[in-house]
Amino acid sequence: MSCTDKETCTCTPAGSLPVDGEASPGIEAGRRAFIKAGGAFATIALTPTVTLMSFGGGKANAAQESLDPKARWGLLIDVAKCGTGCSECVSACQKENGWQDTGHPETDAQWIRKVTVKNPKSGAVAELPVMCQHCDEPPCADVCPTGASFKRADGIVLVDKHLCIGCRYCMMACPYKARSFIHETLIDQKPYAPRGKGTVESCTMCVHRVDRGEIPACVESCNLTGGGAMMFGNLNDPQSEIAKRVAELTSTQLRPDLGVDPGVHYTYL
Amino acid sequence: MKQRIRQVLATALLAVALGAMAGISWPGMASAGEASIQVAAVPAPAIPEAKPGTECVRDPEFMRRNHMDMLKHKRDLTVHEGNRLPEFSLNECIACHAVKGDDGKNVTVADSRHFCRSCHDYAAVKVDCFQCHASRPEAGDTALQSSPHGMNVLALSEFLKGVQE
Repeated sequence: MSCTDKETCTCTPAGSLPVDGEASPGIEAGRRAFIKAGGAFATIALTPTVTLMSFGGGKANAAQESLDPKARWGLLIDVAKCGTGCSECVSACQKENGWQDTGHPETDAQWIRKVTVKNPKSGAVAELPVMCQHCDEPPCADVCPTGASFKRADGIVLVDKHLCIGCRYCMMACPYKARSFIHETLIDQKPYAPRGKGTVESCTMCVHRVDRGEIPACVESCNLTGGGAMMFGNLNDPQSEIAKRVAELTSTQLRPDLGVDPGVHYTYL
Repeated sequence: MKQRIRQVLATALLAVALGAMAGISWPGMASAGEASIQVAAVPAPAIPEAKPGTECVRDPEFMRRNHMDMLKHKRDLTVHEGNRLPEFSLNECIACHAVKGDDGKNVTVADSRHFCRSCHDYAAVKVDCFQCHASRPEAGDTALQSSPHGMNVLALSEFLKGVQE
């Protein structure tokens, strides 16, 4: 039984599947959960023209015990499809992670922002979302004096706020201006996205969703109501949609000259 | 020098306290002595009941002594290794031990009836978890704690071994 091919997956009830030998109740329960999850993925994947996700190991468990150290989670952003004035990804991120504009642009947190770039010679203009680029060699982690900035084994760059002392050295070091500092006391944060005064934060690539086998909120909303410009997946898995696209299209990273090898790739930029 | 002064002060304080307890009446100290006896008799906190039908990962005596180490161990597993199992997670504690306020909503840690505060106020131990973490479950969140923990004994002993390391 394999549900790896999402487009053609025909999910039949577990009882009618060929079972080799005696399946223990545990295995059967796992199989059921897997089939259910597979069904959910098929629904999402079959929306017109859009394939939302590509999962390396085909993991679809609800609560995982540990991350996949072989993965390198990344994003591919098609700038040609990123709509002018569209900010679905930004609002989805705000809703998911509980940050918002409070009317203080100097100090408000920004996990993701829409940036307009213009070629001064040709006058060509493009819009693109910029968030933490989840570098393979993150400068923020290099400079962090307490080890709070770190890269998970699966490539997601995070701040361990238990260790962060709020020195903001990482904010200086980040070439993408991706990090924010929280200046004010907060209450009623999202249970899965703790945020607190005196610590630095940035895009987590929706790590709580990734750990559940889901895709980041920005990618989901971009594909449902935005321009369908964003793709999430495992760059290390040659069979994944994102790795194939990165291999066949000419994509670029922002400031590749810095040699930090971001996990976020852009095409048509 | 400082240490010496501290020692002298501590000894003096101890002597006064002992004197007060023994009922020695110092001039003008009778009322103060009574007051200090009252302070010593602060009643044990009324600990709010957890959500009905739920079962904690360990018995209350164990949790009272060890919850901080368990939470600390679990936090590192979660942040660094992506462990999202519900057992031992702070969110689960919060979901089970939510306390309703007068308005019918769950109270935050700003309210002295909050589960964590009821004990921590008594023990005079400051917690800083809630500077970042939400101190009450999200409104309308039914995903958490829908069923009692089916605690696997083996997993539990493995976890506790990790706590002790």
